[in-house]
Amino acid sequence: MSLLTVNGLSVHSPDGRALVRDLSFSIGPGERLGLIGESGSGKSLTALAIMGLLPAGMTVSGSVVLDAPGMPATEVVGAPSRRLDRLRGRAATTVFQEPLTALDPLMRVGRQVAEPLRRWRGLRGAALREATLSALTEVRLSDPERIARAYPHEISGGQRQRVAIAMALACEPALLIADEPTTALDVSVQADVLSLLANLIAARGMSLLFITHDLAVVAGVTDRVLVMRDGTAVESGTVLDIVTAPREPYTRDLVDSARTFDEALNRRKP
Amino acid sequence: MSASVSVPVRAPARRRRSVTLTVGCVLAGLIVALAIVSLFWLPYPPSDVSGGRLAGPGGGHLLGTDKLGRDLFTQLMIGSRIALAVGSGAVALGGILGVAAGLAAGFATRWLDDAIAAALDILIAFPVLLVAMLLVAARGASLASAIVAIGLGSSAVVARLTRVLVKRILSQDFVTAARTSGTSWPRIVLEHVLPNVWPTLVVNLALQLGVAVLAEASLSYLGLGAPPPNESWGRMLQEAQATVLTAPLGAIAPGVLLILLVIGVNLIADGLRDVADPTRRRSR
Ligand SMILES: Nc1ncnc2c1ncn2[C@@H]1O[C@H](COP(=O)(O)OP(=O)(O)OP(=O)(O)O)[C@@H](O)[C@H]1O
Ligand SMILES: [Mg+2]
Repeated sequence: MSLLTVNGLSVHSPDGRALVRDLSFSIGPGERLGLIGESGSGKSLTALAIMGLLPAGMTVSGSVVLDAPGMPATEVVGAPSRRLDRLRGRAATTVFQEPLTALDPLMRVGRQVAEPLRRWRGLRGAALREATLSALTEVRLSDPERIARAYPHEISGGQRQRVAIAMALACEPALLIADEPTTALDVSVQADVLSLLANLIAARGMSLLFITHDLAVVAGVTDRVLVMRDGTAVESGTVLDIVTAPREPYTRDLVDSARTFDEALNRRKP
Repeated sequence: MSASVSVPVRAPARRRRSVTLTVGCVLAGLIVALAIVSLFWLPYPPSDVSGGRLAGPGGGHLLGTDKLGRDLFTQLMIGSRIALAVGSGAVALGGILGVAAGLAAGFATRWLDDAIAAALDILIAFPVLLVAMLLVAARGASLASAIVAIGLGSSAVVARLTRVLVKRILSQDFVTAARTSGTSWPRIVLEHVLPNVWPTLVVNLALQLGVAVLAEASLSYLGLGAPPPNESWGRMLQEAQATVLTAPLGAIAPGVLLILLVIGVNLIADGLRDVADPTRRRSR
């Protein structure tokens, strides 16, 4: 049985437009899937639908089943919020695109990281402090003591995204959904955060749903790719398949643009 | 490897914040002290008219007397009590009702939210004066009626602000992020929504306090406020209008105290906001 099974998922806006249409895929334990598509193709909505957190007024149909170890398999679509509260965090959690807005501006970073540790591991007092600092160290933040005491606006963008990753990992999720976690970052910082994420996922044997519109980014992190366009899946396969033999014209465009980018980079090298 | 570190500039910000708070506390504290002393001691009994009409300052009357011969300073002391009672009472009532209604609307489903928003607009358009008249008709003129009428008026304003703030915060990523890690709604309200609403709200509440004290003045003028011989500053101001050229102190003194109180409370609110919102603490 897969950890996440999405079957015939559709999302309609309040005014009846189909934003996601008949989407089906699954992610097994330890598996890493890339969800790729242009802006507005419904990637973020798919991620929210998996968490049961779609904006009010949107209607969902189809099925999203989360079956995490140690938890009863749960159908997310139509589940009451209290049941999902127990599931969210442990079964799956999310890292968002914009690290500044994903952290509460009025709460010290340390407290924000401590919150999931307190709830999910039941830590208190000195043990909680200890775990918070080691969670910050684990995402390779130097001087975790200072970072823990800082407010989000007092640290850099890359540091914020590391903090957001630490917060997500503190839940010890079976599935991590990363919604364009590096798009808002500087290119050099992007690579750092990406390799950090890949290493942590591998070390913990977590599953990953990695959302991006950049094929070059997804290639280094995931095994399989699902290409989305206008709310539907147009193609799926291994990264190698997609890159070497894209079937859909849209996918071919993505591959071409990734290649152009690569060539441009290579040309600049001596 | 990692990006450059933004160094928080802490020291000057902290000084500035304490200056704001300190000055605010001194100004408002002056009025509070007057009010407290007035509970135990007054220079003259409130209705004593032995000083003669419109006596100048000095000669047993620190600030002189009003047109009925009552000691001005005594009136001011009693007035400070009324101003604080009206201000804090109306703001407490308006704050509690307003935040509760605003939170409810912020979280409500669309049609309920629309209903609350419409009700608030009607309430805001509904003059405080009319509410006060209805209350006075029902319960008689008293300080309590004035406080309730003014408090209801400010609760609508507070509720409308809270509703907008709550909606804005609920749409932020960090709320969704907290939700994806399994935080329940009550916790989100306590730990994320209220702390983020507070810095803006506290400044608005301070404004409401000034508005409340002034509103009481108009209510007193119409005989809808605290009944005599308890003169509020507002009523003193209005009664001194006729004699402002011959005895200007009668208008100036309550006006100055009113301004000191409003400025003091607003400075305190600014200070509290800066304490609550670390992003404002950078040096400016
Ligand atoms: N709250 C909303 N109400 C109505 N429509 C929405 C809402 N959120 C998103 N949409 C629409 O749904 C579509 C898919 O949005 P989504 O955010 O999933 O795109 P995306 O693939 O994540 O794009 P990007 O790469 O830019 O993040 C878009 O056309 C968008 O306009
Ligand atoms: Mg998106």
